[in-house]
Amino acid sequence: MEKTINNKAWFMVLPVLALVAFSAVIPLMTVVNYSVQDTFGNNQFFWAGTEWFEELLASERFRDALVRNLIFSFSILAIEIPLGIFIALCMPRKGWGVPVCLVLMALPLLVPWNVVGTIWQVFGRADIGLLGYTLNNLGINYNYTQDPVAAWITVIVMDVWHWTSLVVLLCYAGLVSIPEAYYQAARIDGASKWAVFRYIQLPKMQRVLLIAVLLRFMDSFMIYTEPFVVTGGGPGNSTTFLSIDLVKMALGQFDLGPAAAMSLVYFLIILVFSYVFYTVMTNVGADKPQAKGE
Amino acid sequence: MLQLKGVGKVVGGVDHIMDVSMTLEAGSLNVLLGPTLSGKTTLMRLMAGLDKPTSGRILANGKDVTGHSVRKRDVAMVYQQFINYPALTVYENIASPLRIARLGQDEIDRKVKKAADLLKLSPYLDRTPLNLSGGQQQRTALARALVKGAHLVLMDEPLANLDYKLREELRAELPKIFAESGAVFVYATTEPSEALLLGGKTATLHEGRVSQFGPTLDVYKRPNTLITAQTFSDPPMNTLSIVKKGDVLELPNGTQIPVADNEKRLVDGPYIAGFRPHHLHLSKRTDHHFGLKGMVQVSEITGSESFIHVDCVGETWVALAHGIRNIEVDDEIEVFLDPRNFLVFETNGRLATLDMPVEA
Amino acid sequence: MANIELNHIRHSYLPNPQSKTDYALKEVHHTFEDGGAYALLGPSGCGKTTLLNIISGLLRPSEGDLLFDGVSVRDLPTEARNIAQVFQFPVVYDTMSVYDNLAFPLRNRGVEESVVDETVRHILGIIDLESKAHRKAQGLTADEKQKISLGRGLVRADVNAILFDEPLTVIDPHMKWVLRSQLKHLHKQFGYTMVYVTHDQTEALTFADKVVVMYEGEVVQIGTPDELFQRPQHTFVGYFIGSPGMNVVPCTLEGEGARIGSNVVPLNGVNGVGTGQSLELGVRPEFVTLKPAGEGMPIQVQAVEDVGRYRIVRAKLEDYDFNAIVMEGQEIPENPSAVISAENINLYADSWLVGREG
Repeated sequence: MEKTINNKAWFMVLPVLALVAFSAVIPLMTVVNYSVQDTFGNNQFFWAGTEWFEELLASERFRDALVRNLIFSFSILAIEIPLGIFIALCMPRKGWGVPVCLVLMALPLLVPWNVVGTIWQVFGRADIGLLGYTLNNLGINYNYTQDPVAAWITVIVMDVWHWTSLVVLLCYAGLVSIPEAYYQAARIDGASKWAVFRYIQLPKMQRVLLIAVLLRFMDSFMIYTEPFVVTGGGPGNSTTFLSIDLVKMALGQFDLGPAAAMSLVYFLIILVFSYVFYTVMTNVGADKPQAKGE
Repeated sequence: MLQLKGVGKVVGGVDHIMDVSMTLEAGSLNVLLGPTLSGKTTLMRLMAGLDKPTSGRILANGKDVTGHSVRKRDVAMVYQQFINYPALTVYENIASPLRIARLGQDEIDRKVKKAADLLKLSPYLDRTPLNLSGGQQQRTALARALVKGAHLVLMDEPLANLDYKLREELRAELPKIFAESGAVFVYATTEPSEALLLGGKTATLHEGRVSQFGPTLDVYKRPNTLITAQTFSDPPMNTLSIVKKGDVLELPNGTQIPVADNEKRLVDGPYIAGFRPHHLHLSKRTDHHFGLKGMVQVSEITGSESFIHVDCVGETWVALAHGIRNIEVDDEIEVFLDPRNFLVFETNGRLATLDMPVEA
Repeated sequence: MANIELNHIRHSYLPNPQSKTDYALKEVHHTFEDGGAYALLGPSGCGKTTLLNIISGLLRPSEGDLLFDGVSVRDLPTEARNIAQVFQFPVVYDTMSVYDNLAFPLRNRGVEESVVDETVRHILGIIDLESKAHRKAQGLTADEKQKISLGRGLVRADVNAILFDEPLTVIDPHMKWVLRSQLKHLHKQFGYTMVYVTHDQTEALTFADKVVVMYEGEVVQIGTPDELFQRPQHTFVGYFIGSPGMNVVPCTLEGEGARIGSNVVPLNGVNGVGTGQSLELGVRPEFVTLKPAGEGMPIQVQAVEDVGRYRIVRAKLEDYDFNAIVMEGQEIPENPSAVISAENINLYADSWLVGREG
């Protein structure tokens, strides 16, 4: 076999390589470097080996934050995915309602994260916030700065409000790509609404749902800005997620070594979870492709 | 001129194209004929440079272009779907490759008008493609491919999405249009009748291999393997197992028939005889005809002709008969065959008789 | 099974149709007999799909009534009409097995599982997919998927009609033969009422006992394949059926014959030609015999297309396109002339067939 070898191609990818190195590889290596050393300031570093990692994995504080984070991620997935599918199913497929719905759905996505936080922080306040004031007047004791349950509910509702639209839009894209003949066939076969959903709509949405779950999982696992603005991780440590904990450690306490070790572990967790999600979801329901000579 | 030398393509460990060698002359029309998944599209993508072959070389006008990307290859393509720029008028659609080539307005105008004339699009130049019929949309796509003056024009089942009559119309015009340009034309289709109507040369594809390549009628009348014969036959070619014993051919039911002159040279042994439906008759036409009893499965009328599906000596055959035959299903009828019409294949599928069968 | 009566059906996609051109379907009045195999044939935009959608219940006709066995189903939804439909592109439930696909319509109707099993096994045998019963429908070939679509209709014992919407579009030529003959067999065996929509004349003629030819929202002829071929009622039918279509050339009457330019051909006797009507003579290329010069009407050969089994001679007769088909083994004389016999000639006045004596 003969190949056309053209070395010019390497020059073309150099800028990208440089950019990736600058933005990802070098910072990552710095973090790796920090994670195995100790410092008392003055730019003096001492070899610490795996000490920080051992300490971290043994620490209750880290494990609590991790568990909190997982509970948070799975809660919002459990709410946003079904809700997103439901809203997408309710949206019109044609007519003037389509652009209206799409714009309405896109609105929350356009709001910057810290603004979302601020909105809900004010919205939920018992003294001046519309939500907090109303709830308290209705006799429901609601105060997210003191009550962990209220804080959790606030953070989750805020995320649902902010991100369900993304799931809706993805699902809607999947739904409109289903040819009309499928619905017609289902009517002829006497299929119920549920059967249409289960055997036509859901299988056809599978790909976009995979993307939605992945995006929402990664995003929610890395959530920082919104809960930080609203609850600051409190009351107590009840809404202190990994990212908040990390920042507290790195910037609040200047424990660079442990913080670096933690971010590496954090990074690995996201990577592993995303990979597992991806493989599991792509294999669900997929028929093993037959080796077939063309 | 486009030359393929031992071209192969492996995707994920599976052979999609195997050892294809062919020379396509400038100004020629080459039909790639084969069923879905036989590799027509893959082969076209290799010719275009959209994909890189895993083995072999591709030469354009003697120059090695293996691995050169499609952008450098001077290729035009027409697809089964009508692909045009929806926002541009027909005129601008046709002119688009010329604008990219930065030709002068006068020259663009001249070329667009000429292509539009050729494809009968002149009255619609100001319309956008969505306001045209399917046939006109595909004509626009064809005009765009032609005006580019590309050295290689690839068409992947361009008429498949058109109505029967529109297809017939455009198909009759295509050879004339091709003759006007000096490019290498490659035309993929699943339909044998389309290949016959287009003429030119035909390559039959089967499971990623070109089983035969030559002038269309030659391939049709003298297929070198049973596979080629079956690929290039609509209705499907009928087959019959025979054993040659001296001067007779023995059929599976024990009937012995005299060997035709052109089969005398065959060595004794088992063979497979292939014959086309229009050579299976419902009445005895010549002395050479021998009759076999069969059971009618289905009879279909196409207006001037009838197709009779008949079970005979353990095979299901199709007979094409003139006129309207009202034959009832499950009737027992006698069908007649002339051994001189047999294409005799060895049991491994290779053609055994090299003489042309005599026309009945 | 049922007979399907189309009672003065008209349909427009516009809310307030005014003129005739606003109608996609301009009055169809016809009955599909119980157990018949029908084809709706015509070019795209002729209204054949509109008509099919009216029968299936996807569309409600603007005017007229639709009756199944004498009972109006005009206002019934699709699911209440008990019809089956096979679409242009295979519709299968990807995540289900072949078996479950076939069982689906029965399970939806709450049929007992033992009955489901028996019926599904029976139908699997008919559509020849027993060996793939437990494969997922997703990985199958196009023709197998179409068989599943058909099978989902066949499992229901009470189906009124099976509708086909260009079902062989995505099927390879070789499989088309197999599927078509299986379909014919099925029809003969079980006597379903079948309506088959297509733009392909071969499919229509080979499938149907009766073909309904449609053009611009109207039915131009309903007839057996034989009638459509021999005696097209309208020049459009002559053109649309046959490949190449019928030769149609303007002519004038002269005594017992028809004059085309300087030629006169004999006619078998015609009546009912009004004055001022434009006359055309139609003859199929299959019925044109080419003889040496002097024996018939002189023609100028433009091109000869050899398609193996026969040759198509594309010629001009007095400046009009005129084709002839020459069978394999027959000669094309030099400077040929065309001979046509009176019984194969159709005369058209203002595009409609002129009646004959006798």
